[in-house]
Amino acid sequence: MMRRLLAVWHARNLEFLRDRGALFFTLILPLSIIIGMAIIFSGPPRPLFKVGVLGAHRAAVPPAPPPPLAQPRASHAPGRGSCPPGRCAADPFLRERYVQFIRVASRSRGVQDVRRQRIDMLFAPGDPPRYWVNTDSPKGYIIQRLLLSADPQAQRVQVTGKTVRYIDWLFPGILAMNLMFSCLFGVGYIVMRYRQSGFLKRLHATPLTAFEFLGAQVLSRLSITVFITGALYIGVGALIGFHDSGSVLLLLLLAVLGSLSMIALGLTISARFSSEELVNGLLNLITWPMMLLSGVWFSLAGSPAWVRRVADALPLTQLLHAARAVMLYGAGFSQIAPNLIYLSVITVVFLAVGAWSFRWRI
Amino acid sequence: MSTPILEVRDLVKQYPALTAVNGISFAVPEGNCFGLLGPNGAGKTTTVEIMEGILAPTSGEVLYRGEPLGARFHEEAGILFQETALQNFLTVRQSVAMFRGLYRRGLDIDEVLKLCSLEKLAHRDNRKLSGGQRQRLLLAIALVNDPAVLFLDEPTTGLDPQARRNFWALVQSIKAQRKTILLTTHYMEEAEVLCDEIAIVDRGRIVAQGPPQRLLKEHFAEVLLELPRQDFPQAARRLTLQLIEASERVEITTDDLDGTLRTLISAHVPLKNLRIRPPNLEDLFLELTGRELRS
Repeated sequence: MMRRLLAVWHARNLEFLRDRGALFFTLILPLSIIIGMAIIFSGPPRPLFKVGVLGAHRAAVPPAPPPPLAQPRASHAPGRGSCPPGRCAADPFLRERYVQFIRVASRSRGVQDVRRQRIDMLFAPGDPPRYWVNTDSPKGYIIQRLLLSADPQAQRVQVTGKTVRYIDWLFPGILAMNLMFSCLFGVGYIVMRYRQSGFLKRLHATPLTAFEFLGAQVLSRLSITVFITGALYIGVGALIGFHDSGSVLLLLLLAVLGSLSMIALGLTISARFSSEELVNGLLNLITWPMMLLSGVWFSLAGSPAWVRRVADALPLTQLLHAARAVMLYGAGFSQIAPNLIYLSVITVVFLAVGAWSFRWRI
Repeated sequence: MSTPILEVRDLVKQYPALTAVNGISFAVPEGNCFGLLGPNGAGKTTTVEIMEGILAPTSGEVLYRGEPLGARFHEEAGILFQETALQNFLTVRQSVAMFRGLYRRGLDIDEVLKLCSLEKLAHRDNRKLSGGQRQRLLLAIALVNDPAVLFLDEPTTGLDPQARRNFWALVQSIKAQRKTILLTTHYMEEAEVLCDEIAIVDRGRIVAQGPPQRLLKEHFAEVLLELPRQDFPQAARRLTLQLIEASERVEITTDDLDGTLRTLISAHVPLKNLRIRPPNLEDLFLELTGRELRS
């Protein structure tokens, strides 16, 4: 028995080791994920709470040189004297550890961020200090207790309007992630398998053109994905309900463009290769960063600027930002137009590259 | 003379390490069954794939009805590859229907299923067919556009003798419809049964071409005598005979049957198990391509 087992073990190892593409990605994928995550999440311990501080009190927001609004900095190091003398004394709350204080330009913007749970609290230092907190948020509740223990005089201002639950915030991400997997693997993997099995070669011997074949793949996966996304949208809405303020037609347009961009990306990956493990590696190399950096599970607010720039280049980020804007905040066409344009452009680029590099046979 | 339906001119296909096809030329008249025979690696499949338009030649050309291969050829050609994968989870009927959708004109799906004796299997998953049934499905797919020319690349490899003969019967019924067939095979019996003309290919070149019976007459004026190896004594090997020793038998080729028999009797060779037969395509094939095992 051992002899037979070893014979098969040896042959399978040779098969794997000689597939250089697969070997490369089996090593590179986990390595790049670990290195990437280490870089992104390096530095001091991450803050537990995000508090917006109204911009009138610039000096209260640490540290020098003053960060631009888009680049909030954390004041989470124990005992760091990040606010000027006097000011910290006036606002002891601003010396709290494990809290990231983010400068906010206007009250309305800050309140909106609280409502959307981008930040856990908006704080306005003063006499007495005031704060806005989302009472539906567990983190909001805890940071409120922290503030009141540091400054019992602080006055709460009611945040009005419908607040967003975590599930409301998460739901567009789950839909977008499902769409991404369905399109990338449903096209990328399947086209590779067709080539590997010789089915593409057989089709090549018919009047079918590459354009027609690729077009059929795009339309098939597009209709499947849009149908499934729509069914999930309706089904989850009926089962547990979710916050949706936007236009359903706009969401449909987003689902179509998002699917097309992912399908085009999948076609580009599968255009030439016939190694199952190589294509799997490539697809994982693309899906993992998108899953981690596109804000499906957690907001990247507070991450280094370069991480957010990389994230912004990912189609899933564009799709997700637009979907959340529509579903959670009722954004209109003009507000998500940049996302739609970006998705359209990458769709055209990837489709062109995929069609140009497409091969029928191994 | 009418234009041949298919014509191959000075076809060459070079790869970095080998020349798979090295200057092949032939023409196939309409309605003929033309066989390309050759040992493994002789260049048959490469030649056929170039003729099918799915592989580009290094040089040379293939003409269909006097024109370079184009849209018309793809509409009018039916192809059965040596190995063809189909889409999973489709039934026999759905598989045929998918390919029917790729052509402007063709046969009704039920008609094709009937032609290939697949009516009872129409709703079976294509992954659950036996080898012979699967080949019949692939033939149905090749026939779905009612092709003028049908390419069959080693269509019965791997089939049991019964399935192979059933398949030959199907091909003969297609031949009866005056369709042109280009067959590659390494089964000589298959070529003898089905082909009007054959070309024997070896090392990328045609080494003999013509109708099977004419080729046999050209290459063999003799008859073949076969004796079991154990019946052929060592001493008889010194006789002046044209001997070919196979693993189980000894073959003697001669154009003087009476004289050879007298020689064998005088050498006390037992003739109880002697078999006399005319040469066949297999003998021709072996004579032209050699008996040694080549990679």
